[in-house]
Amino acid sequence: MTPATPTEHMIVSAARSLAGVQTVFVGVGMPNVACNLARMTVAPDVELIYESGVYGARPARLPLSIGDPTLISNSIAVVGMADLFGLYLQGGHVDVAFLGGAQVDRFGNLNTTVIGDYKQPKVRLPGSGGAAEIATSANRVFIMMRLSKRTFVERLDFVTSSGHLTGGNARARAGLRGVGPQLVVTDLGLFDFSNPDHEMQLTSLHVGARLDEVRAAVGWQLKEASSVHQTPPPTEDELRLLREELDPTGLYSR
Amino acid sequence: MTEAISEFVHDGDSVAIEGFTAFICFAAGHEIMRQRRRDLTLIRMTPDALYDQMIAGGVASKLVFSYLGNPGVGPLHCIRRAVEQGIPRPLEIEEYSHGGLVARYQAAANGLPFFPIRSYVGTDLPKVNPDIRFIKDPYGGGSIAVVPPLRPKVAIIHAQRADHDGNTHLWGLIGVQKEVAFAADKVIVVAEELVESSVIRSDPNRTLVPGLVVDAVVIEPFGAHPSYVQGFYDRDNAFYLEWDRVSRDPSTTTAWIEEWVFGVKNRSQYLVKLGTAALDALRPSPLPAAPVDYGEYR
Repeated sequence: MTPATPTEHMIVSAARSLAGVQTVFVGVGMPNVACNLARMTVAPDVELIYESGVYGARPARLPLSIGDPTLISNSIAVVGMADLFGLYLQGGHVDVAFLGGAQVDRFGNLNTTVIGDYKQPKVRLPGSGGAAEIATSANRVFIMMRLSKRTFVERLDFVTSSGHLTGGNARARAGLRGVGPQLVVTDLGLFDFSNPDHEMQLTSLHVGARLDEVRAAVGWQLKEASSVHQTPPPTEDELRLLREELDPTGLYSR
Repeated sequence: MTEAISEFVHDGDSVAIEGFTAFICFAAGHEIMRQRRRDLTLIRMTPDALYDQMIAGGVASKLVFSYLGNPGVGPLHCIRRAVEQGIPRPLEIEEYSHGGLVARYQAAANGLPFFPIRSYVGTDLPKVNPDIRFIKDPYGGGSIAVVPPLRPKVAIIHAQRADHDGNTHLWGLIGVQKEVAFAADKVIVVAEELVESSVIRSDPNRTLVPGLVVDAVVIEPFGAHPSYVQGFYDRDNAFYLEWDRVSRDPSTTTAWIEEWVFGVKNRSQYLVKLGTAALDALRPSPLPAAPVDYGEYR
């Protein structure tokens, strides 16, 4: 089997992070593949929640959007969006939510709205969708984004969803309920926020990624954990499931 | 459809054609374009390819939304052109998150002056939308975001089946269809099938929207194509990918609208033009639910 690509490292790391998790709020693309991989490996009992209103999805094909009909057939429940955002999310039943964006800052705040000025944008992005609520009420948030100077920025052009705000205990002071971002999964390495400032810090590097490369791709003076490990590489079994069963055409994984 | 749109949708109205990825009533949107409505305020959580087409067709002057994308594909090029360059006419936008827009429908549907929501703390959305505000929890819990009621003049929802009175069975992604129907002044239900009232009464838990709030029923098979209707047809994903290509350029967009909207008289002609092979390819194999027994109580 050929060695894992950076994207496969990313998906496998995200899947492993779901060990012991009961419910995960998931988007399409890489997070969806990662959550389904988790269900086949470290988290056989994890249930997938989609903002379209599906709880406990068992997709028979790779969903093309979060509203794909394959998510509905054989799911546990399909509910209206008022119930999804009210009872399931605000009610505190989402253990982990995956979020991503066009920009993230050192405190895990995210921008999915505009690049440039709101009124005269350089690039108009999709906007919040459910991200503003998910970031507020999910018990924990895991961020999944490719690492680059364009995306890991000193200052967001627009704050769409709240992470640790200005750091420290700012999030708790503002009355936000979940503990916020806990993990950042990238194609080069993993980060957490386990320091008093709640500032993103590098914890491990994927095989083949270099520390100087990661430092150069982050738009601020990067904090590093006291010891930076190497991410255990994807196993043969994880790669086989990913390549042969979950994403055979490599739409999301390569 | 011609009659329902002509009677209920007028220039300057606010119109919500809802349905999250599924049940998006393209048939109604295209009829609004054919009747050359102008200055509409279009409301939808996810504008989708339908509002991209309608805005390219010049029917709208304002858009209220919470996620601006061609789901699973990419950006909505026509809406971006309207916002950024005023093509074919300027478009004002009013932006929420999904939870915020759901809460606005809930406020209107429940007859409440506002709806509280745990969201927006620390974000920039309230800075660009003055209708998102914070109030103090009167019970001492700190501050909480609120949004005002959203009462569309007309709501259009698509469903699997309805009876003559507009009692509507819908299964699959029920989204905000119930809330928007109760929030709107006028409601048009578009269904795949017209059924006897006895079918509705055989499964009353399946009734998402009662005829009580419905003003018109239109029967329009495949009326949600290229989006999907659970159990009836799949999303025509090839269309969504094709739209991404077509909509990049104003001239190919106009040509598409001329051919597929103005070039047909109604939905039936659109379906003939698509061809039965294309439609049949979208039908899923059956996966019926276990029957439920309500019991007979005399």
